[in-house]
Amino acid sequence: MESSENGPVSAHSHLPSDPELRVKALEEILVRKGLVEPAALDAIIDMYQNRVGPRNGARVVARAWSDPDFRNVLLADASDAISGMGYAGRQGEHITAVENTRDTHNIVVCTLCSCYPWPLLGIPPGWYKSDEYRARAVREPRKVLAEFGVTLPEEKAVRVWDSTAEMRYIVIPERPSSSMGLDEDALAELVTRDSMIGTGLPMEPQR
Amino acid sequence: MTRVHDMGGRFGYGAVLPEPDGIVFRESWHARALALTLAAGALGCWNIDMSRHARERLHPREYARFSYFEKWLAALTNLLVETGVLEVSDLLPCASDQSTQALSSHALKAKSANALLGRGSPTTRDCQGLARFSVGDTVRAHRLAENRLVQGGHTRLPAYAAGACGRVLCHHGFHVFPDSNAHGLGEAPQPLYAVAFPAAELWANPEHPRDEVVLDLWESYLEPMQ
Repeated sequence: MESSENGPVSAHSHLPSDPELRVKALEEILVRKGLVEPAALDAIIDMYQNRVGPRNGARVVARAWSDPDFRNVLLADASDAISGMGYAGRQGEHITAVENTRDTHNIVVCTLCSCYPWPLLGIPPGWYKSDEYRARAVREPRKVLAEFGVTLPEEKAVRVWDSTAEMRYIVIPERPSSSMGLDEDALAELVTRDSMIGTGLPMEPQR
Repeated sequence: MTRVHDMGGRFGYGAVLPEPDGIVFRESWHARALALTLAAGALGCWNIDMSRHARERLHPREYARFSYFEKWLAALTNLLVETGVLEVSDLLPCASDQSTQALSSHALKAKSANALLGRGSPTTRDCQGLARFSVGDTVRAHRLAENRLVQGGHTRLPAYAAGACGRVLCHHGFHVFPDSNAHGLGEAPQPLYAVAFPAAELWANPEHPRDEVVLDLWESYLEPMQ
């Protein structure tokens, strides 16, 4: 049977160990060989730094709160619903939306790596990729939620979604009861990144 | 049986430290490491399952010691050498080889980056086969969370779910099978299911009797229950 082990010395150990110097060295090597174009790196960074992030997901949630037909399509086939809003692509090829209700609170994790719905939420925050969150979110989600300041009522069940395949999950939080009458733009302002991962709740509107 | 990356349920970790919205990259080198990984991936010499496995195969001491993007950089460097894109000698400080490779015609161009990232790489495949399980079926995850094709190979069945019973919530269609695809053994698509496991099936001291964990599991990770 084939085996999947590394040799005694990993290739990476030939590069500088300081990560800033390491990335610089590797970039220089790949550019010198014509394998990477620095402007393409800039374009990738610009996309995730400035153009793709949790505001996309917030617009999806606000629309689901305002438009029952859209909500139904979103829950039935989220990939289709969000691509209609122009959100698609890497690490969001397959999306499922899970809705918080009076009975169930949803929370998303990736225990094996850091899978996350990039087109809707951008690059995951540091804590999402941390050993602490990956280890604990599945076993003691309520303690983890408490660390985010969220305490759930006893009657509410927690459903933790471990992203073990290429399906990416976004939580549709419960709409704040005091948000009646707000339009989609105002609703989107209430939707935080963490509320779409399930570690937070939406903000209450300012009165 | 399992590797250090398989963290679900482990004891010994402290509090999660929340961060405010708005910080995308805490250090500028994080952004560069991410971009370099995506751009090198566009050369087409490996797939996403291979790159995940390259991170998992880092020495357990390195995996534990490295920060997130240090894992990415180390795994990327190893992959570049393993796939023959680079030689070890290219990595040495004295290397000055100016020769460009045939592969350089595949280098990602700035003007193509948006389209590439916007397209992604869907893993669903049209297959004629029947799905063995239906929504509502009770199933058991394999007792051994191990790759059956390659010893120590990549798998996406976490150890904490091995041997546990759950019920099928939904069928996601046929998806590329990572245990095969990570090792260049073909895409071998299989039905993928969301399976809900009661917390009491997974943990000795569950927090709440009605809590559940849902995992996306390929058909060959599962067996039927009567």
